[in-house]
Amino acid sequence: MMELLAERGSLFALTGAALIALGFYGFIMRRALIRRLIAFNVIGSGIFLLFGGTGYFDDGVDPVPQALIITGIVVALALTAFAAALAVRLAQSGDDEDENAEAGR
Amino acid sequence: MSLAFDLALCALILGAAGLAVAGRNLFGSVVFYIVYGVLIALAWVSLGAADVALAEAAIGAGVTGVLLIGAWQGMKDAGGLEAEITQSLPVRVLAGLGAAALGGLIGFAILSLPGHEGLTGPVAENQPAVNLGNPVTAVLLSFRAYDTLLETLVLSAALAAVWSLTPAGLWGGIPGPKHTTRPDGVMASFGRLLPPLGLLVAVYLVWAGADQPGGAFQAGTVLAAVWILIVLAGLRDEPRLSSLTLRVIVIAGPLVFLGAALAGALSGLALGYPEGHARTLILIIEYALTLSIAATLALLIAGPARRAP
Repeated sequence: MMELLAERGSLFALTGAALIALGFYGFIMRRALIRRLIAFNVIGSGIFLLFGGTGYFDDGVDPVPQALIITGIVVALALTAFAAALAVRLAQSGDDEDENAEAGR
Repeated sequence: MSLAFDLALCALILGAAGLAVAGRNLFGSVVFYIVYGVLIALAWVSLGAADVALAEAAIGAGVTGVLLIGAWQGMKDAGGLEAEITQSLPVRVLAGLGAAALGGLIGFAILSLPGHEGLTGPVAENQPAVNLGNPVTAVLLSFRAYDTLLETLVLSAALAAVWSLTPAGLWGGIPGPKHTTRPDGVMASFGRLLPPLGLLVAVYLVWAGADQPGGAFQAGTVLAAVWILIVLAGLRDEPRLSSLTLRVIVIAGPLVFLGAALAGALSGLALGYPEGHARTLILIIEYALTLSIAATLALLIAGPARRAP
């Protein structure tokens, strides 16, 4: 066990696994939308860390996972931006207003 | 670096993530998430992945953090911040056990992975063909350029989705409130002092990106940050979203990228670069992408229009 932890790649990959678990717990247990968004991002970076950790060799991280992780970071950001805009819009339109809008259509 | 440093870093990462997910104060959670993002960037430095570290610090911690703060403020202004509920103990225990089982299973899978050679070798072998010094840039813009092309389209699609939330009557208007600051205040001084430095860093990142850590995404994020700073300092207002120039800048990068793919198709190699011209084409794509990514990120943060055009 200690040998595996001493391997930098495994240590960070296992941290990634713990982050996925932590984010998953937050995602299903917390109610505030912003906190769920944070939990989603924690799961995401946990997956990236796992991916990079398992692709770690003595001379650094394999460039293919690195490139895919950068792509993943940007895609996660795109989703976060849309979700944040949706959450704000949801907060702006109270329940009553929603029904009026439905009825008016 | 030593094992002790890595262990401490991993403990800090888990602690910050725990506080961000489980903290009581919502704004505190956002702040801890930003701290967490910076720590994750440090983890990538420790792993020797400078490109990912730059992307994580700029996008994962920086832009995501700004977005979350903006969303928090927007929901607070609208009076829609939900109070957190505390689940009953059995539910929490059950969810905790489920999450722990998930993490344990993934951890077990990591430890039982068979040894592998990775793709460092094949990338290094083929790198001379595209004449780029940075293997990550070679993968991003040549070997897996298809992913990157679709990724830039995902960013544009996200912007279209955010714009689709514009309230009635404001379509094509100006996003965000108008910021006014004291002309001799701290914010205004920062707004004048930092943009030139930011521009310098952005130009360096995209210039160096071909052969050293850096690239279009990191540079574009720094450029977007420069613009946000200028707006926050009240030196310039956000542009009208119906502006044609703005929309051309947003879509120019993906269009240049698609154009290169089509040019490849015409010369017999769809989604490929003609032999001997790979580096030139990749640099052109990177410069166009930098501008488009900067504009798209800045507009994603600004959100849908809030003032009439």
